[in-house]
Amino acid sequence: MDVVINGEHKHIRGGTLLEVLEELELDPRAVVVEHNRKIVRRPALSEVTVATGDAIELVHFVGGG
Amino acid sequence: MPLTTAVETIRDEPLTIGGRTFQSRLMVGTGKYPDMDTMVHAIEASGAEVVTVAVRRVNLDRSKESSVLHFLDPKKIFLLANTAGCYTAADAIRYARLAREAGFNDFVKLEVIGDEETLLPDVAGLLEAAKVLVPEGFKVLAYTNEDLVTALRLEDAGCAAVMPLASPIGSGLGLLNPFSVRTIKRRLHVPVIVDAGVGTASDACVTMEQGVDGILMNTAIAAAQDPVAMAHAMRLATIAGRAAFLAGRMQRREVAMPSSPTKGMLD
Repeated sequence: MDVVINGEHKHIRGGTLLEVLEELELDPRAVVVEHNRKIVRRPALSEVTVATGDAIELVHFVGGG
Repeated sequence: MPLTTAVETIRDEPLTIGGRTFQSRLMVGTGKYPDMDTMVHAIEASGAEVVTVAVRRVNLDRSKESSVLHFLDPKKIFLLANTAGCYTAADAIRYARLAREAGFNDFVKLEVIGDEETLLPDVAGLLEAAKVLVPEGFKVLAYTNEDLVTALRLEDAGCAAVMPLASPIGSGLGLLNPFSVRTIKRRLHVPVIVDAGVGTASDACVTMEQGVDGILMNTAIAAAQDPVAMAHAMRLATIAGRAAFLAGRMQRREVAMPSSPTKGMLD
């Protein structure tokens, strides 16, 4: 299915948000997930299913002042 | 080089912000270092306990290398997430919520920038964001300009600390308005942490001499020729400035007064 991840159009297998992170080879403990502008807490990642056209933001901490 | 901290050598209280207590009054950023190894050593040399980080999109190709947390131990340092790069209250609120979800603490260094060239704060947006985040349980450390009335309003909004700038972010111009920063410190009850603008150790020292509770810097260390050595210098300067403030400086006078006795001179 086609979704937008971090502003980029991506074609993914889909499933739950946890499965999307696995597909992207991202450690769920190391990222914070926003799904259609709503933060999804870690325990709920396996409960939210991604749909075509969804916007997903995956963020983490980088160097900053 | 082992050095005693201000708390050990002089009568000083530790710094308490939002219920958390810190021994070091120097806080440092993690941006703009030539490499991660230098950053780690510089933070260590600074003696800082509070270390700022930014929230950004994961690089989908190389995520494991890009997170600053691969190089910092959140058990040893206190991570202070910022909302740098946000130009509206709504964006800053969004970033703050994402940062808290990372699961380390509920502190946020709130920045709402109002102008691209100077990176000066949008004080209206700052207040708006603070008024949303404080009721949500955030400990808001608000990056603001050196305006007393804005600082008072931020305190009224429930901010845990107010962070007036010494001069614009990354400018290295030092403390441009000591009077205003002193006034803010005198009038506020919450900690006042000067954030942004120091260029070298003397700037940090002069800033701490104003009696503020702490100082936060990034570029002055990261962009020094030798960041680790500058971090060490900043540590000393912060302690020296604090110690001088606590000691209480002599009165300024417009005319000279001899230090040596005027009596006992030869005929």
